[in-house]
Amino acid sequence: MAYKSRNVYMISGGLTKFRKYNYDEDFRLNVKNAVDYALRDIKMDIGDIDGSVSAYFSDHFLGQLIAGAMTNDYIGMSGKPSKRIEGGGATGGLAFQTAYEEIASGNMETCLVYGFENMSHVNTWRGNDLIALGSDSNFDYPLGGFYTAYYALMATRHMHEFGTTERQMALVSVKNHNNALHNPFAQAPMKINVDDVLNSPVVSTPLKMLDICLMSDGAAAAILASEDAAKSFSDKPVLIKSIGASSDTMRLADRTFGDVPLLPNETKNDYKNLKYPGVHSFKAGRLAAKMAYERAGIKNPEKEVDFAELYDAYTSAEIQAYEDMGFCRYGDGGKFIEEGRPNIDGDIPVNMEGGLQASGHAIGATGIMQAVYAFWQLQGNISRHFGNNNLQVKNHNTGIIHSHAGTGAYETVTVMEAV
Amino acid sequence: MDRYTRVMKTDPLVKEFDYNIEYIHSYAQDSKFFTSLGMGILLGSECKKCNYRYGTYRKYCMFCGSETDDINLPLTGKIHSFTTCYYSGENFINETPYTLILVEFEGIDSLFMSRLVNKENKNVYIGMPVRAKFRRLQKFDVNDVYFVPA
Ligand SMILES: [Zn+2]
Repeated sequence: MAYKSRNVYMISGGLTKFRKYNYDEDFRLNVKNAVDYALRDIKMDIGDIDGSVSAYFSDHFLGQLIAGAMTNDYIGMSGKPSKRIEGGGATGGLAFQTAYEEIASGNMETCLVYGFENMSHVNTWRGNDLIALGSDSNFDYPLGGFYTAYYALMATRHMHEFGTTERQMALVSVKNHNNALHNPFAQAPMKINVDDVLNSPVVSTPLKMLDICLMSDGAAAAILASEDAAKSFSDKPVLIKSIGASSDTMRLADRTFGDVPLLPNETKNDYKNLKYPGVHSFKAGRLAAKMAYERAGIKNPEKEVDFAELYDAYTSAEIQAYEDMGFCRYGDGGKFIEEGRPNIDGDIPVNMEGGLQASGHAIGATGIMQAVYAFWQLQGNISRHFGNNNLQVKNHNTGIIHSHAGTGAYETVTVMEAV
Repeated sequence: MDRYTRVMKTDPLVKEFDYNIEYIHSYAQDSKFFTSLGMGILLGSECKKCNYRYGTYRKYCMFCGSETDDINLPLTGKIHSFTTCYYSGENFINETPYTLILVEFEGIDSLFMSRLVNKENKNVYIGMPVRAKFRRLQKFDVNDVYFVPA
């Protein structure tokens, strides 16, 4: 595939605190707060931005269509080009890549991408039902209307295929909730241990309450710029080195049984008897990573990626993502967490700020939230934004952000680099 | 809309906004799958060009785009994966706990998602033989077929 474009930089980011309920500020004000944070941080004016991309997942949560346009005028972007991107849980990740394309193509010099969701406007079980409308409404939704069940089917098979355990999954929850203790933007910081997770109510076997992400109200914003614009507005821009994306069948039942698309640090012999992806792995995640790595010139992600913001809607999904991203071989994801490798002091820290599990999952905002965290990490600025330096990773030259829609129907991987 | 107004909070002002949609849901090209369930037939699809046999009905092949042929799936299979749900989306919460399975069929390349009805949702395992059963009174949704231990 031909791939040549202008360099794209991220020059600022902003967030609101993610919360279970925020009835005091609506989605427009949430976005405004996130955008103002980003503008303040770099001393830019909203008039300096050429256009915007808005990201929100569901029209059902608010009962409001074209909410992106409503937000756009609220933040002072009226008159500028703007579009909405939607793609399930990957909404924010896709919108971030769309903003990248606006700059890479030369269409804009500066682009604002913002995401939001106010999920508290429906009750939790209605919310689950609405999310499940993001599965085939002929064949999947009427079976139970529950996304957790689909991920649980995948987790069960991952355990069968590779011997992954519920205890290993619990370790992911412990890591992410404990990390969030140091993140003032996080919704659910919790000092918990493995037993707390294992003893939390079973939702959909093998997944328990503390294996599952939150529903949130919140917003996130990122400002992207061309090289010239980055130089004039920022003294510490972060290079968006490459973007990768892929897709897979919406229905889990349609997944194929073939060969693993290999990364340069793997060989065919690694997976002699593995039928891939089946329902144990996310092929779209692997293909998105492969594309992003190839474009970034990354030969060995295990060595070259310093940290990652992975899509941990479920603890099982974070373990699966270690493998999809090539941080370890397929089947070794459980061991990867057991050995502490994704911990804050491990060799590839993952979801240092709490991830979707504990920082929160305001769906449209999530992928952009990940970008903002990665941006602050790459700048070495975590202490400035969090008021403490506990979550700043030591090596912060190359980071990736990753998101899913559905059970991996769309996935995005973006490589970001300190300059 | 002029039913009643339920105010939940006054500062900020929060009220109930009830917006219901009754969809006219057409199964369109998938109709035959659903009507066949009433005759005790579980349809899958086969692409003559790719020789790929689908465990979930679809009118067009996802590899080559050709129109597929209908095939009768075996009424017995094995559990490929499973989960028992103790919570669910709002419309199904009264049906919990229930067990969802992915079924693999001999000679068929892809899977079928369904409910497993068995005693207390217990003793389910990967590889467990299951057989299809059909609702006597059709409701014209995918639950018109379900599986039980074979
Ligand atoms: Zn075909």
